[in-house]
Amino acid sequence: MTRFVLHRIGFYVLIAVLLAFFTVPLLWLASAPFTSDPTYQVRLPDFTSENFRAILDNPYALGSLWNSVVLAAGTAVLVVVFAALAAYALSRVRLPGRDALLYTLLLLSSIITGTAAMVPLFQLAVELHLIDSQLGLILIMTGGLLPAAIFMMKDFMDSTPKSYEESARVFGASPLQIVRHVVVPLVRPGLATIAVWAVANVWGNFLMPYLLLSDVEKQPAAVIMYTLYTEGGQANIKLLATFGLLYSVPVVLMYLFVSKKYGFRFHGGIKR
Amino acid sequence: MAQATLPPEVLDDAKARRYSADAAGLGRLRAGAFVAPALALISLFLVFPALWVLYLGLSNYRLTGAAAAAPQSVGFDNFVKALTDPEFWNSTWLTFEFVLGSAVIGQVVLGFLLAWIMRDRTGPLKRIVEGLVILAWILPSAVVSFLWVALLDRDDGTLNTLLHSQDFAPLLDHPMLSIIVFNTWRGAAFSMMLYGAALGNVPPSHLESARLAGASGWQQLRDVVFPHIRGHVLTNLLLISLWTFNDFTPFLLTAGGPDGKTEVLAVHVYQVALQGGELGYGAAVSTVILLINLVVAVFYLRLLRSKK
Repeated sequence: MTRFVLHRIGFYVLIAVLLAFFTVPLLWLASAPFTSDPTYQVRLPDFTSENFRAILDNPYALGSLWNSVVLAAGTAVLVVVFAALAAYALSRVRLPGRDALLYTLLLLSSIITGTAAMVPLFQLAVELHLIDSQLGLILIMTGGLLPAAIFMMKDFMDSTPKSYEESARVFGASPLQIVRHVVVPLVRPGLATIAVWAVANVWGNFLMPYLLLSDVEKQPAAVIMYTLYTEGGQANIKLLATFGLLYSVPVVLMYLFVSKKYGFRFHGGIKR
Repeated sequence: MAQATLPPEVLDDAKARRYSADAAGLGRLRAGAFVAPALALISLFLVFPALWVLYLGLSNYRLTGAAAAAPQSVGFDNFVKALTDPEFWNSTWLTFEFVLGSAVIGQVVLGFLLAWIMRDRTGPLKRIVEGLVILAWILPSAVVSFLWVALLDRDDGTLNTLLHSQDFAPLLDHPMLSIIVFNTWRGAAFSMMLYGAALGNVPPSHLESARLAGASGWQQLRDVVFPHIRGHVLTNLLLISLWTFNDFTPFLLTAGGPDGKTEVLAVHVYQVALQGGELGYGAAVSTVILLINLVVAVFYLRLLRSKK
């Protein structure tokens, strides 16, 4: 009996320690935005909305959030469209060299990371005059995300039954009509998954925009956040608190949405 | 671009073949046109840079100056320079410490511990613990980095408050330990979820009979659980090592400092190539990173194949 009690106590102590380890670093983000005159210290918030004015006072804060939206949406659209087209073709048609292509894509997506490719990508962007171009950054990030997206998408395509496509064909639908009106609705959950995954990836990406966008008016929230806490002089803590919170909220909402709608099933390794 | 990979069943050829018939009558030509835009972008912005980095590594390309206008081939000089440069070896060693400490030990142990103690639980406690662990994983890296800068601040960081200590500045006094603990915190969610899924596959009856036979908790883990999840452990190790090896987030916490004590290879490349302007030399270091990635990835794909 005592053994059982000790066991229980040990268990709850362990849980408490783990909870503290994961909670303590996050406390600041929950309290500081609502505390008057916030410092690095975690204090009980007095629920002021004063700090949010700091965002309006900063010329780049809101703009950078909008830039993040543009980059994330642009990349997600391109990734979803191109990955869906490619995955459908690769799933249904036995193109020559298909298996080798898929294997290579898989290999490439894991070895050519931002870290390994930052030097040539920077060079390439300079040569193609894509420095300070949001479109250029979108294309570069799309290229980086596509292999993994095609792979995940092909998985969805492979598991959709082809009988719907066959019957549509019997009724005289053209291949493109079939793709648009039969296949797309069938794989919609897959498309949504890829879109959310791409948005999450771009939203948090710091390295690529940091390398390729030097114009502060074009930089996304990740880069502005970094500039805010590393730039010389006194960091504006009001701004950091509220801006950090606003920048984080969409990710949390997206996660809640996905886990509610699809359940956060674990699929091998979809990581941001 | 630190994304990854796929469930083993993707490679399941039999399943693919069953559904691979061209039901919509797409034909090879249209299929090719469907694949083309994706391949074009991948070739230009992923494959070409990877090949170009090999070429750049053999040149004396610089960001500015004469060598920027007319770069010349310098053979393997950059590689020789890297291999004889103590800073390169320092970075390599720091990267090894970082990967070993935060991924192989930190995330694996903590992730497994979380999955293990939560395995039979349901209800709010499990949801809260898992939610917080996942929150640490999904928040943008610029935000969590700043949160840790605030946490570890010398003057009024929360850590100093909790320890009732003053002027304790982990980021300056123990920078490597700081980013290891940070990255363990940051990435434990992936391992937790993977082991959570893996533990679900251990038949409860096996555990039950082991318990009836009087096996201790440790013996159950070693003799019943581990054989079932061995494949997952290896998958997990390879993936998180690859990600941690390529992680640029330490830059957001310490920018490689103080005195280069946290200048892991990812940060080292940035410092020499883009801050220092030595693109050729930076490309040579990138080539080394690519080769290490290749070795780990090939191991991983072998593993997936052999599982089939």
